[in-house]
Amino acid sequence: MGRFGASFITTSTWDPVAGQFGAWPAIVGTLLTSLLALSMAVPLSLGVAIYLPEFAPGPIRRPVATVIELLAAIPSVVYGLWGIFVLIPFLTTWVYPFLEARLGFLPFFTGPVYGPSVLSASIILTVMIVPFIMSVSREVLLAVPSGQREAALALGATRWEAVSTAIVPYAKSGIIGAVILGLGRALGETMAVTMLIGNRHEVAASLFAPGYTMAAVIANEFADAAGGPIHESALILMALLLFGVTVLVNAIARLMIWRVSLGRGNT
Amino acid sequence: MTDGAPRIRTERLSAMYGDFAAVREVSLAFAPNRVHALIGPSGCGKSTFLRTLNRMHETIPGAWIEGRVLLDEGDVYASGVSPVRLRRRVGMVFQKPTPFPFMSIADNVAAGLVLDRSLSKARVAEVVESSLRRAALWDEVKDRLNASAMGLSGGQQQRLCLARSIAPEPEVILLDEPTASLDPMGTQKIEELVFDLKREFTIVIVTHNMQQAARVSDTTSFFYMGSMVEHGATKQMFTAPREERTEAYITGRFG
Repeated sequence: MGRFGASFITTSTWDPVAGQFGAWPAIVGTLLTSLLALSMAVPLSLGVAIYLPEFAPGPIRRPVATVIELLAAIPSVVYGLWGIFVLIPFLTTWVYPFLEARLGFLPFFTGPVYGPSVLSASIILTVMIVPFIMSVSREVLLAVPSGQREAALALGATRWEAVSTAIVPYAKSGIIGAVILGLGRALGETMAVTMLIGNRHEVAASLFAPGYTMAAVIANEFADAAGGPIHESALILMALLLFGVTVLVNAIARLMIWRVSLGRGNT
Repeated sequence: MTDGAPRIRTERLSAMYGDFAAVREVSLAFAPNRVHALIGPSGCGKSTFLRTLNRMHETIPGAWIEGRVLLDEGDVYASGVSPVRLRRRVGMVFQKPTPFPFMSIADNVAAGLVLDRSLSKARVAEVVESSLRRAALWDEVKDRLNASAMGLSGGQQQRLCLARSIAPEPEVILLDEPTASLDPMGTQKIEELVFDLKREFTIVIVTHNMQQAARVSDTTSFFYMGSMVEHGATKQMFTAPREERTEAYITGRFG
């Protein structure tokens, strides 16, 4: 595999027939879709996880949590189909034109709208990782001793202040763990992303443009590695890279947890 | 009461969990700058009664009250009274020390203060110091104010919680079995503190420990099965109780 060299990571042309393999677009696509999904999923799932036990009326707490957790059990190919038949038509008819009209001055929201795109894939990823982040952080928040809440309330905190000053900080490292779980899922997710991202080896500024992720490249091309053994090695190297990226991201996340728990200043 | 107007009193106060009445029609008055002990066997309603005084009772789902609680003759359950403001006037310390583990010692003391955002940093630091001094903890922690509160012993943690609850300058302090989880040394320190703090505050303390009630309190109320059986000066309660059940309890025949 040494034959690919550093250009495997840095170049953008992926032409198995000509023997050119540049993984840069897939690397960017993987990180971009995961981070976009995370940035949408984290506020959403934390909002739900905090709202449900703390503020929601009693009778709706269990059912809503159960329904959201059920989302985690849906096979990703079903998400992909749902994405193609429901999500993309909805996005291209309503959401993307709106974004283009309002935020079109940004390079991210310009260019022709195809449907399958980096943004569509990120949105489906969001839907897929919300149940994970929500249910884990909900459990973590429920595990906070009730004495912490009572102590904050007894000091004259409002319910929201009790949540923000006592409960969430207590559960912080657990919540970060939940987010990393979601990130891990987003990085490795293959099927739904393959179906929605458009599968093009290209780095585009616009989120409306199609892209590619490493997992999707491997899934799509491995079965018929048209370029022969070299193509196959390129894909295996890609898998190694994906593994490396996942390890790296997790290591950074661990480091963040470590810094956070160190911030507690234990003596 | 011979001490003039009570700081806090209840009128036919009943506290319920759903259909179950944990406290039944209790009328009690607590004079300012005194220590009032609530004693009785487990499950007699004394802690629940205490929690109605700062409206912590109602934070439990299904809990509600009948009757009135008057703080300086103002009904704390009247519509328009904010439980949040009330709890700044009526502080509370719990059975288990509940320092916030992710905060430093100083931040713990300031936790109630900073909810009022108008205070300057310098002022907060001043109050943190004076509160720690009043809780007899300053000398032990002044060199590690920024260290985690979890490095303190149980007794120190409980005094930290006491410092935290007096920092916002409440009028009344409620202590819910504050020494139940402490060793004798820690217990003694808290008792000395309670004795000192009554100069500034009105203190209501729930305790399982009869000697403790006898040592620290000026008046004692005996609760049994949700009712208040007897209330009087501590000395009289422990030497010449009027009720037979009180005598049986304080002499250790049950409970």
